Amino acid sequence: MTDLVSTREVAGDLLVKLGHVYSDLVVVGGDLNKSTFANKFQAEFPARFFDFGPAEQNMVSVAAGLAASGKIPVVSTFAVFGTARPFDQLRVGVSQSKLNVKLILTHSGLLTAEDGVSAQSIEDIAIMSALPSFTIIVPADGPETELAIKASIEMDGPVYIRLSRPATPVVHTKEYDFKIGSAEVMREGDDVTIISYGIMLNESLKAALDLDKQGISSTVINMATIAPLDDDAILKSVSKTGLVVTAEEHLIQGGLGSIVASLLAQHHPAPIEMVGLKGYAESGKPEQLLKKYNLTHNDIVTSVLKGIARKP
Amino acid sequence: MSVDGSSVLKIKDLARRVRVDVLKMVAKANSGHPGGSLSEADILAVLYGTVMNHDPDKPDLIDRDRFILSKAHACPGLYAVLAETGYFEVKELDTYRQINSRIQGHAHIKTPGVEMSGGSLGQGLSFGLGVSLASRLNRLSSRTFVLLGDGECDEGQIWEAAMSASHHGLDNLVAIVDRNRIQNDRWTHEVMSLEPFTDKWKSFGWHVMEVDGHNVDELVLAFDTAETIKGRPSVIIANTLKGKGVSFMENNVDFHGKAPSPEELSKALEELEQEKIL
Repeated sequence: MTDLVSTREVAGDLLVKLGHVYSDLVVVGGDLNKSTFANKFQAEFPARFFDFGPAEQNMVSVAAGLAASGKIPVVSTFAVFGTARPFDQLRVGVSQSKLNVKLILTHSGLLTAEDGVSAQSIEDIAIMSALPSFTIIVPADGPETELAIKASIEMDGPVYIRLSRPATPVVHTKEYDFKIGSAEVMREGDDVTIISYGIMLNESLKAALDLDKQGISSTVINMATIAPLDDDAILKSVSKTGLVVTAEEHLIQGGLGSIVASLLAQHHPAPIEMVGLKGYAESGKPEQLLKKYNLTHNDIVTSVLKGIARKP
Repeated sequence: MSVDGSSVLKIKDLARRVRVDVLKMVAKANSGHPGGSLSEADILAVLYGTVMNHDPDKPDLIDRDRFILSKAHACPGLYAVLAETGYFEVKELDTYRQINSRIQGHAHIKTPGVEMSGGSLGQGLSFGLGVSLASRLNRLSSRTFVLLGDGECDEGQIWEAAMSASHHGLDNLVAIVDRNRIQNDRWTHEVMSLEPFTDKWKSFGWHVMEVDGHNVDELVLAFDTAETIKGRPSVIIANTLKGKGVSFMENNVDFHGKAPSPEELSKALEELEQEKIL
């Protein structure tokens, strides 16, 4: 049984540690600080924590002002409230000015308890990847969350880190060298390149094991950094396997599926199959949602088989 | 800090030069926003001419006072006062809205002296709040001045910021509303009622002052008073005339976002020439 770790709790604990290292680190929250675990930073550094209530437009522009004055502001709320609601503030106030604002947002994707469609942030990568200055990182597990947040605080410029609500399986069991913008090849095979991020990485690895049994060997790439995209890693792999399957807990339109398709179309046309959402979902338990909306390792296997049949 | 007679004259002359620059810039670009740039000119001249602690040679000075133009379409006024006080050459104003220029159609952080990128209304007060929080954390005595348009106060984010600035007790933050009563399409009371405007700010926990936004002494006194108010932010409702200084532009909605023709420019410059005092 794989260990389950809550990435948002990892983030909450890590911000406290980083607060001791970076005296300019400040956190702005939007009345969800118990859920994002930003309350841990609040308890440790009350003078460097600011609550703005559920007023995300204000919160993001305040963060821009803090960053323009040399602070390292972390915006902490849910993914849906920290991207869609203050999009214009992110666009004009942060992206166009390349200010050093870090969005560390939780409860992304489908798995937001049973909160339903309004709470499910399935458009955020599409929205945020439309902002040219933003780095976008979706860690696959607890250990990668820690590495990603550290790296994002070390770099200068706007970053969006997308975290989940539920505790998720740890896939990185040994140390690894995380670098923003570098894809991680988890395993190498000849027949297909499976590319995923976040909670779908574990499903991709499970799918690869199933495919092994059918005599199909898979490369699995962890695309934790979605922007800037590691084009070379994808092109190198697809030139060997000739087939890509993307898997993501997000809309395919504007998500990894369409981002990778655009890259392949321009540089290395090859068949591509996409596992991801095609529309809105509903309330439900995590396993029920993932099954009903075709986001399991079985769905990845099905897409790989479909893609292999399309190979020239 | 009151100002003596000769300083008042200098500030008035700075405002007059700002107006001349604004008209030339907008006419040269044949686009831009003269009306609100003319209404804000005296406020800018008072801030950059006497109130603010700033050094054009060191625009990144950590303990500088900061001016944030939230109504960023009125950037010709800001560019003019920055150039006239030495942030860059006055002749660079000719490049306003031209390709390859540092002087963009709406205020952008890449221009020396410009603190915030704007152009989408309603964001500057929140930005100024962040700047003020940083100054307080850094134990600096810096003040932050945010200029808002009255039409801009239709934006909900202004009131999110107003609520949170008093909640966080930011007495180093001063908002100024350029209350020229005309927005893009029409009079503000026709587009969206703001009144009772001063009561709104009071109820959000601000210290409110109302002044003639073209009167140097009243503006200076209000900025001085704001410095003495502790525990909460101050707002100065500056009653102004849109298009102030040019007879045919005053209270004329057409010049919110329209350039004067060459003939109109000559007439306007002639009028401002007659205002010359120094």
